[in-house]
Order: sequence, then C-alpha cells, then structure tokens
Amino acid sequence: MIAILAFYLFATMTIASAVLVIFARNPVHSVLWLIVAFFNAAGLMLMTGAEFIALLLVIVYVGAVAVLFLFVVMMLDIDFSQLRSGFTRNLPFGLLIALVLLAEIIVAANARGAGPLIADRPPEAVQPNIVALGEAMYSRFLFPFEIAGLILLVAMVGAIVLTHRSRGDARGQNVSRQIDRRPQDAVEKRQPKVGQGVEL
Amino acid sequence: MISLTHYLTVAAILFTIGVLGIFLNRRNIILMLMAIELILLAVNINLVAFSAFLGDLTGQVFAMFVLTVAAAEAAIGLAILVIFFRRRGSIAVDDADRMRG
Amino acid sequence: MDITIQLIVFLPLVAAIIAGLGGRIIGKTASKVVTTGALLVGAALSWPIFFDFLSGNAQPMVIDVAEWIKSGDLDVTWALRVDALTAVMLVVVTTVSSLVHLYSWGYMEEDPSQPRFFAYLSLFSFAMLMLVTADTLVQMFFGWEGVGLASYLLIGFWYHKPSANAAALKAFVVNRVGDFGFSLGIFGTFLVFGTVSIPVILEAAPSMAGSTIGFAGMRVDTMTLLCLLLFVGAMGKSAQLGLHTWLPDAMEGPTPVSALIHAATMVTAGVFMVCRLSPMFEVSPDALMVVTYVGAATAIFAATVGTVQNDIKRVIAYSTCSQLGYMFFAAGVGAYGAAMFHLFTHAFFKALLFLGAGSVIHAMHHEQDMRFYGALRKEIPLTFWAMVAGTLAITGVGIWGFGFAGFWSKDAILESAFAAGSVHGTIAFWIGAFAALLTSFYSWRLIFLTFFGKARWVGSEHIQHALHGHHDTPDEEHGDSSHSKATPPEGTAGYHPHESPWTILVPLALLSLGAIAAGQLFHDYFVEAEHAPEFWRGSVAFSEHLAHAMHEVPMWVRYTPLAVMLIGLAIAYRNYIAKPDAPAAFVAMFPSVHRFLMHKWYFDELYDLIFIRPAMWLGNLLWKRGDEGTIDRFGPHGAAFAVGVGNKVTARLQSGYVYSYALVMMLGLIAAASWVFWWAS
Repeated sequence: MIAILAFYLFATMTIASAVLVIFARNPVHSVLWLIVAFFNAAGLMLMTGAEFIALLLVIVYVGAVAVLFLFVVMMLDIDFSQLRSGFTRNLPFGLLIALVLLAEIIVAANARGAGPLIADRPPEAVQPNIVALGEAMYSRFLFPFEIAGLILLVAMVGAIVLTHRSRGDARGQNVSRQIDRRPQDAVEKRQPKVGQGVEL
Repeated sequence: MISLTHYLTVAAILFTIGVLGIFLNRRNIILMLMAIELILLAVNINLVAFSAFLGDLTGQVFAMFVLTVAAAEAAIGLAILVIFFRRRGSIAVDDADRMRG
Repeated sequence: MDITIQLIVFLPLVAAIIAGLGGRIIGKTASKVVTTGALLVGAALSWPIFFDFLSGNAQPMVIDVAEWIKSGDLDVTWALRVDALTAVMLVVVTTVSSLVHLYSWGYMEEDPSQPRFFAYLSLFSFAMLMLVTADTLVQMFFGWEGVGLASYLLIGFWYHKPSANAAALKAFVVNRVGDFGFSLGIFGTFLVFGTVSIPVILEAAPSMAGSTIGFAGMRVDTMTLLCLLLFVGAMGKSAQLGLHTWLPDAMEGPTPVSALIHAATMVTAGVFMVCRLSPMFEVSPDALMVVTYVGAATAIFAATVGTVQNDIKRVIAYSTCSQLGYMFFAAGVGAYGAAMFHLFTHAFFKALLFLGAGSVIHAMHHEQDMRFYGALRKEIPLTFWAMVAGTLAITGVGIWGFGFAGFWSKDAILESAFAAGSVHGTIAFWIGAFAALLTSFYSWRLIFLTFFGKARWVGSEHIQHALHGHHDTPDEEHGDSSHSKATPPEGTAGYHPHESPWTILVPLALLSLGAIAAGQLFHDYFVEAEHAPEFWRGSVAFSEHLAHAMHEVPMWVRYTPLAVMLIGLAIAYRNYIAKPDAPAAFVAMFPSVHRFLMHKWYFDELYDLIFIRPAMWLGNLLWKRGDEGTIDRFGPHGAAFAVGVGNKVTARLQSGYVYSYALVMMLGLIAAASWVFWWAS
C-alpha cells in the first residue's frame, strides 16, 4: 500500500517538476525544478532496490551538474523578458508530436512476446546494492569503468581548454628555451679596469 | 501492484517532456541542456527499472555510465555555452543560427 | 586529245590550289602569273579543238578520268566528254576567263588580296569546265554547285562590305532553290532511266514519250516533269524570271567577276544544260512551251527594268538577263543551234561591255552612277570605241549579209521563233522584237549618257574624293588641274580621267574583235542548215527543218530587228543628245510606271512578303518558342533551374537552429517506429 502511494507520489512529482522545468519563466527556477525532478527520480529508483544508483543520482546530478547549471545561469546575465512568441505557436504541433511519441513508446513497452521472464516485483536483494555493483564493476565491467574515467578526464580538460582565458601579463616558463641555453651563452668573463664598470 | 510497465510509463512521459522541451524552447540554450538532462534521466529510470525486474545488474552498471557521460556532457556543454555567450552576448536560441545553410 | 582536254580542265584547278593555298608564300605576282598562265594555256588548247569540230574532222569522245560512285545501280565515273557543244563552251569559257584574268591585273591593282581573287577565278573556271565536259548528270551537278560556290565567293569578295555579303548570300540561296529542282530532276531521271549517264539517257528519251509518273499525288507526263524539274535548275542558274532576283545584286562583286560569271559563263550554264539535254526536251512539247514563255517573259521583264537603271553595271546586268531570256526561248522553239550561237556571241560582247564599263569605272575613280558621267568620249577614246563595238553587237546592227555579232545571232533567234509557227513561237517573236527595241534603247542610252553630252562629274562623291582626298600627289595621279590657274571646264571640277593600262585594254581589244567578227565568221556552222548538222553532229537536237524554215520567213520579219534597233536608237538619241530634258518630262508623265520599273516590278518586295517574312517568322518562332522555350527550358536551363529550386527548398532544412534539427530527428524516429509497428511486423 505504502509502496503504491510512494510510487505515485514520486512519479507525479517527477513529471510535474519536469513540466515546470520547461515552462518556468525564471531560469533559476528552472534549475531548481530540475533538482526536484532529480530527487524524485532518485526516490523512484530507491523503490526498485537500486539505492546506490539513487544516491549516486543525488550526489552527481544534483550535487554537481545542477549546481554547475546554477553557476552558469547566474554567471550569464540572462534577460527575463525574453519570452518569445514562437512558444505558443508551436505548442499544438509539438504536443501532437509528443503525444504520438508517448503513445508509441507505451505501446512498445507493453508489447509482450519475446523477452526474458519479467518478474512481478523486484526480487529481494541478496546483498547490498553497492556490494553487488562493486563486484560487477571491478570484474566484468572493468574496462568500461576505466574508459569512463578517461571520459571524465577529457571532459575536464576540454572544459578548461575551452573556457580558459589567459592573462596578458602572466609570466610563464618556456621550458624548451631554458634547456636550449648553453653555458657559453650564459657566462661571460670580463676584466674590468680598476674603478671602472662593465657594459653589458 | 507496481509493475515494470508503470516505471516504463513514467520514463516515457519524462522522455517526452524532455523532447518537448528541446523544440518548444525558444528562450535560452540552458533550457535545452536541461531538457537533455531530463531525457537522460528518463533513460536512467528505464535502465534501472529493467535491471530490477529482470534481475540483471547490467542495467544498473549501464545507468552508472550514463550518469558519468551525462555529467561530462553537461560540463562541456556549459563550457561551450559560456564561450558562446562571450562571443555573442546573448544566449537566445534564435541567435544560434551560424550553421544556417 | 585526252591529255589536251585533261590539261584544259585541270590546269585551272591546280592554279587555283597554288594561288589559293600558297598565295602568301609565293606572293601576288606569282599567283597572278600562275592562274592567268593556266587559263591562257587552256584557251590556246581549246581553239584548235573548236576548229577541228568546225572542219568536221573531230569525233566526239569521252575520256574517263577516275572512278567515283559505284553503288547498286548507280555508277558514276569522272569523265570528260568532248563534242561540238563542249568545244563551243570550252572556247567561250577559257577565252573569256583568260581575258578576265589578264584584265584583273590592271583592275585589281590596288586590292590587298589579289592571290585570293585569282584563285577564286581559276576555281570558278575549273568548275565551269567540269560542268561543260560532264558526261553524267551528277558530274554536271558537281560543276553546277562549284560555279555557285565560286560565284558566292567572288560576289562577296569584298567581304567587309555588308551589302556584298548580303548579295552573295542572296545569289547562293536563290540558286539553291533552282538546284533543288535540278536535284529532283536528276533523281527522277535516275528513277525513270536507271542511269545518270547523259548519252544513255538521251538515247532512251524518245522511248519514254507518253508515259506517266506519279508526282505529288498526281499522275503527270514523265518527260515533261523531268524536263521541267531540270529547267527549274536552269532558271535558277540563268536568272530567269522568278529566280532572277540575285543577278542585279550580284553586281556587288568586282567588275571582272561580273564579266566572267554573270555575263559570259555561269549564267549561260542553264542554256548549256538545256541544249545538252535537248533530245530530252524534244520529247516533251509542254516543257518546251514553258521554256519559251519563261524565256520570253524574262527577256521583256529585264529589258523594261534596264531602261530606268542609273548604275552602269546594273544596265548591263539586266541586259544579260534579257539576252538569256532570248537564248531560252530560242531553245524553247527548238532552235538550239541559234541558242548556242547567241550564247557564243553574247559571251564576247557582254564580257566586252562589262569590261569596258569596268574601264570607265576605273577611269572615273569608282563612280558607277551614269548621272555623273558625260563627255568621256575624248578622255578615254579607246574604251569608248570598245563600248561602241559592244553596243553595235548587242543591238544587232547589220545589213545585207554583213553585221556585228548580235545581228547574226539575235536575228537567227527571232526568225526561228517566227518560223516555228506555233502559238508560243509567234508570241515569243513579238515579245522578242519589243525587247530588242528596248535593248537598243537602253544600250544606246548608256553610250550617250556616258560618253556624250556635257560633263556632269561635279556631283560625284568619288570624283570629289579623288580631287580632295588623302592622296599625296593629287595632281599627278588624277590629273587634277583644279589647282592650276585656269578655270576648269564646266562640270568637270578639274578632274581628268585617264585611260586604263594595257592589261585592261588588250582584253577589250580582243573581245571587240570577237564582238565584231564572231557572228560573221561562225554563223554558218551554228545555225545554217548546210553546215550545222555536220558541226553539231547530234550533240544538240538540231532541227534542219527549222533551219530551212528560218530562211522562208516573210521579208518584214527579216527586217523587224533592224527596224526596232533604229527606233530604239532614235529614241535614245532624242532623249539624251538632242533634248536632255525629255527623260525627266517623260518620267513625270508616268510616275507610277517609272516607280514600278525602278522597283524591278516589285519582285523583291513580293518575295520578301511571301518567303522571307514567313521564313523569318518561322525561324524566330522555332528559336524563341522551340529552341529556347521548349528544348532549353526543359533541358539545360530547366535542369539548372530545377537544381536551383531544389537547392532553395532543401536549404531551408538547414536553419541553423538545433531545436528544429531535433524536431526533424524526432519525426524521423516516430516515422521509423510507426513503420516498424504497422508494417514490418
């Protein structure tokens, strides 16, 4: 009973906040609604017994991605009064397309026939989710795991390279120039006369 | 009873809303990126639900990777957006037509 | 003999190739020498052949030169036929051509492209010689086309003049119409007789009398049809009424060209052809009737128009047209010998008249309008006497057994026409007589206007140019005495025409000899019943009966030509010497007639209306609507335009907006999914 209620609560909230993400006027509100959507989705996943994924969702999506979004939204000076008129013009057509899509997906989802045996409810967990995932991740899915790490690295480097602005007056090292320096270019022997200086 | 179909329906609706968000949105590009996040979220729900009801952990592993890639993609996307804003001074969608044929 | 004839025919070709292709290498003097030499050699070889035939010693023969076409039943070889008819033409062509070549040395002195000119003249001579020595209709057609080509090249020799180009094109196109008839005639002949060899056809011709053939859905008499089709070709080439419009315009070419082509040789090719095929024509009286009427109509038409012309060359051109009409109606009444005789004498005196006119034009610094001539008798006396000789010849002056060339030939024609006794013969006689009156009138008019009276040179632009033009030493070159102290004679403006150089005068002298004596010397052999059959020996369908009947005509018939000649002379004398104001008054009395004649009976306007405008309209239509509007529109332009339109439409897909791309992707996905749902399962 509780399960059903919880499910419907989580589901409704997810969908509602998703809709509000799109339709909110203020972009900051959009981001916040996105965060709500993420939370509720995590709740849905909790109900299926994938608690690690659910919390991962919260940590990564909410904690990192959504915060990133917030940063950018606040950094860019976005004008609120940018509501374009094309919004309502396309709405009927867009809704139609969306409904068609939805219908097809649902029909596809309900098509029984070939496919492995689907249980009525999620099976009871034998071990905690995180343990199971760890075992799977580091044995069978090691290679994709490493690749995922690489992807993240590339994304990091990419983001920095893209947005990095160098200061005009920063002094850096030119390593190759340093190495190329020879002793005979660096030191010079002079014999100045008494009481006289040296011109460099 | 909550069956697989319920979860799949929720995911479908979320997906549709994300798609709607992409081409109904005329305001700014950040909304587009957020809609993409919604789509990815819907996919994640799908994957996890299937994994649970089929008893196969592969779905959850895959969901993790989707998560990773979504984060990476959000980072890069926002970086591009920042540069775009620096050059153009606005993030209105209608201004992003430099690739017009 | 066969070497001789081959030399005669092919030397001009060789000379033409040398001068034409190598003119720049060997220089203009060498070109002139080569071409003139070739023709002189030809002339020197032709006269002995002619005398051989005159004396009755020579036999007709055919010399095969090379294989040409061997296709099924059609067997054509390049062959040179020599018989009496050919001998006459050989003499005419080579003599006049060589004299014209010599004349052009002087006349074309200042022209920059002399090698080209002489090459064309020799090329023409070659083509004409091929025509007259043809043993097959196809070879004759080859020569026919060749002279047409040469005529085009020579009329348009000064190609930077648009009028010359237009005239050349007109000549060629009108000739083409005739050639079309000629071709149909050849095709029909081959169809009926199974061969194109002339002797075979002429042998077989009488057997076809009375048979019929299908033509354009009707059944017509075979020989009449064939002869008429062939005659259409002759009409085109010889500028008979209907296809005559090109001849006056052909005067755009240099005067030697007019003398050679449009007086003596090319235009007589039609007469030659009818005479060569005379056995065929004899089988079809209807065709002969048509020939007679056309010839007579041409004679009178050209004579009327010639009376009002002011350009000296145009007068002579119309005179040529008129005399050709005489030749044709002579052939039409069956007097082929007389027709050929007139061709022979006409060649001499018409070439003489043209070359003399050229000499006058040369002396008057290229002025051609006779209204600006006058009193040239004393300035250029030799030319004057040459022209008088020619005029005496053409008007047919002669009495009691002695006469100039035209006297013998024209009288023979008129007497034959009367003696033929048929309706068309008699009509032709009266028309011919009236035309002779007009001929006499305009010929003497030309002489009086040019050589007598007061000098009227002042109004001429050419003379003014000569006096005050850009020449460095005007005094010496043109005898300009306008800068001397004494006042020049009235009307002359101080200009002194000078006589032409010897290269011009020698041909004039030789042709004058011909004009004076040719009739006297040769009329026995051409037309008289005693010697002519032996001379012709079947090469033309000579009618002894007619030759005898010619001498039995009434006395008044025999004196008619003389009478009309005197009347014409008297009128001309009155109008141009005694009372110079009379012409203007006469014109004022009949302005519309004068206009009618000035516009050449409105033939050009008529053809323009019937043929040229519709053709241009059709051409325009096919060009604008057909070529551009349909083929181009659906072809290249259409393809390009469609590509452009396609481009514009497809380019709209690339809006640059990500969301529309996403939408399209979505639509594609939905479409694919739907397809999977409802079709593939």
